[in-house]
Amino acid sequence: MVDTKIPPGTAADGPTGTAGGGGAAPAPVKASKRAWATAASGRTAALLVSPTLLVLTVVVLYPTIMAFKESLYGAKGLDPETGFISDTEPFVGLQNYADIFGEAGDRFWNAFWNTTFFTVTTVGLETLIGVAMALIMHRAFSGRALIRASILIPWAVPTAISGLLWRWIFNSDGIANALIGNQVLWTTEGFHAKVAVIIAEVWKTSPFIGLLVLAGLQVIPKEVYEAARLDGAGPLAQFWRITLPLVKPALLVAVLFRCLDALRMFDLPYLLIGAQKNSVETLSMLAQNEASNVRFGPAAAYAVLLFLYVFLIALGFVRLLGADLVGDVGGPARPKGKSRLRRGSIRNSAEVSA
Amino acid sequence: MTASVKWRTWLLYLGVAAVVAYCLAPFYWMLVSSLRRSSDIFDTSLLPTSVSFENYRAVFSPSQGFGRALLNSLIVSGTTTVLALLLATFTAYAMARLQFRFKRLILTLIIATSMFPVVSIVVPLLKLFTDIGWINTYQAMIVPSMSFVLPLAVWNLTTFFKQMPDELEEAAMIDGCTRGQAFRKVIIPLAAPGIFTTAIICFIAAWNEFLIALSMTNRPSIQTAPVAISKFAGATQFDVPFGSQMAAGVLVTVPLVIMVLLFQRRIVAGLTAGAAK
Repeated sequence: MVDTKIPPGTAADGPTGTAGGGGAAPAPVKASKRAWATAASGRTAALLVSPTLLVLTVVVLYPTIMAFKESLYGAKGLDPETGFISDTEPFVGLQNYADIFGEAGDRFWNAFWNTTFFTVTTVGLETLIGVAMALIMHRAFSGRALIRASILIPWAVPTAISGLLWRWIFNSDGIANALIGNQVLWTTEGFHAKVAVIIAEVWKTSPFIGLLVLAGLQVIPKEVYEAARLDGAGPLAQFWRITLPLVKPALLVAVLFRCLDALRMFDLPYLLIGAQKNSVETLSMLAQNEASNVRFGPAAAYAVLLFLYVFLIALGFVRLLGADLVGDVGGPARPKGKSRLRRGSIRNSAEVSA
Repeated sequence: MTASVKWRTWLLYLGVAAVVAYCLAPFYWMLVSSLRRSSDIFDTSLLPTSVSFENYRAVFSPSQGFGRALLNSLIVSGTTTVLALLLATFTAYAMARLQFRFKRLILTLIIATSMFPVVSIVVPLLKLFTDIGWINTYQAMIVPSMSFVLPLAVWNLTTFFKQMPDELEEAAMIDGCTRGQAFRKVIIPLAAPGIFTTAIICFIAAWNEFLIALSMTNRPSIQTAPVAISKFAGATQFDVPFGSQMAAGVLVTVPLVIMVLLFQRRIVAGLTAGAAK
């Protein structure tokens, strides 16, 4: 493994590390980095970074601009094979958007509320279950390898497959109904369809939050808890006053990622319940459905609105988290969960010897 | 005191068992269902009454074209992973080692694109690819997949490179290597585990992709495995072939599960590096 080859001094080149023992180590590293910052390194950097930027421009930026432009054009149900669509689609200005906020907007608003509802409920439940999982994992020493292996299974199962799997579980004669001893037609329209999607999504993604929170838990030094215990703090007080505040940065980042991911939910409701079902249609499903019916204009308008929605939520999070989120991205390396643990123990032993 | 410790240990074991059961139960159900005969597919016993590979034979019957779909999945996700790693290795090295203007902004932008709603690029690209005749081609799936795999690779690799001590290259450069040689002969071999982990994470991300593959194809012979499974046909229109869907699901998932079990330590490290930093 890579981490084992790293001398402890360089691993402490982080904001969390400097707070601990190795105060002397980061200084020479920083200095040598600065010495390397020459004009030549700028040219090398441009050479190394530009291919990635070029590809991302082509696959992300250009399509986004195209989507904005496309959303100003109306739908002409022409044969997609002829290739004449862009020539014959009428320019309609903001008509597609006016439709959304006007009379034909029912489907959009339904999809909008479904997306929002799914995001809020799934991320909320995932956070609860994920934090509980992380706390168990953090305490468990004997079963840790088993837990880590099993917790990665839901993450590795393709979402499309898990959609089919849960459709089988929620079949009218399936195991879910057998377990609850009731006959619920889960995959038909109605609130139960939403419940089915939420259960399936939470199963797949809460282990992910659990992993990220565990990484956060592992950097909390044991001394903090010992001090709290000496001061007479019970387990609950320790959780609310120590664990939660200290794990909050890691948790918030995890929640941000999950939110943005849930906002673009497509595979699971599409396969678990089906396309064009009002109870579960998300914005992604709506846009995809319109595009596959060659109604590119309205589809692009939906896609643009989803993009703006995601963008606003992300912006809100960045405001909320401040430098915590973006600032660290370009900053010095923060070691990952495992090495954090190791570094923590190194730091502790150093303090003991000193 | 000892009684309460004992009680706590048992509670912890119970918690561990609950987490493991929660994670594995649905997957186990997929496995068990795939091993049932189609006559007792609706059984709800925890073990199959008689183990049968009928569903697996049905999956590989020529009419489903599942072997071809697996190959397509392999081509698309393999090519995407290799391309993304190729570009990301250089970019991540620059991000981790070189000082230049707008570095933080560029890295933030690259990472932000991975959170982009895929449908927002699928809609315009679908129209573009229709116009230029790219529908039902591999590149129509590979190119959009780069939009989320490439940022993932850059981010993971940047963290890995940053963890390697600067002294490695400094020593190599003092010994007369150029920066390029130091990168090739010192950094790449030492970063191999990190690059490998990133490759696994990227491959899984690309392998699990569904929306792009669904939108960009309509011919069965070019579909990837997840899309093909979702379109498995039963004997009649209303007969959903759950048995063969579960069997195919197991086949698509098992390679990933094996990879995950073999490299779980590294994958967990990579995942938490990529997201929690």
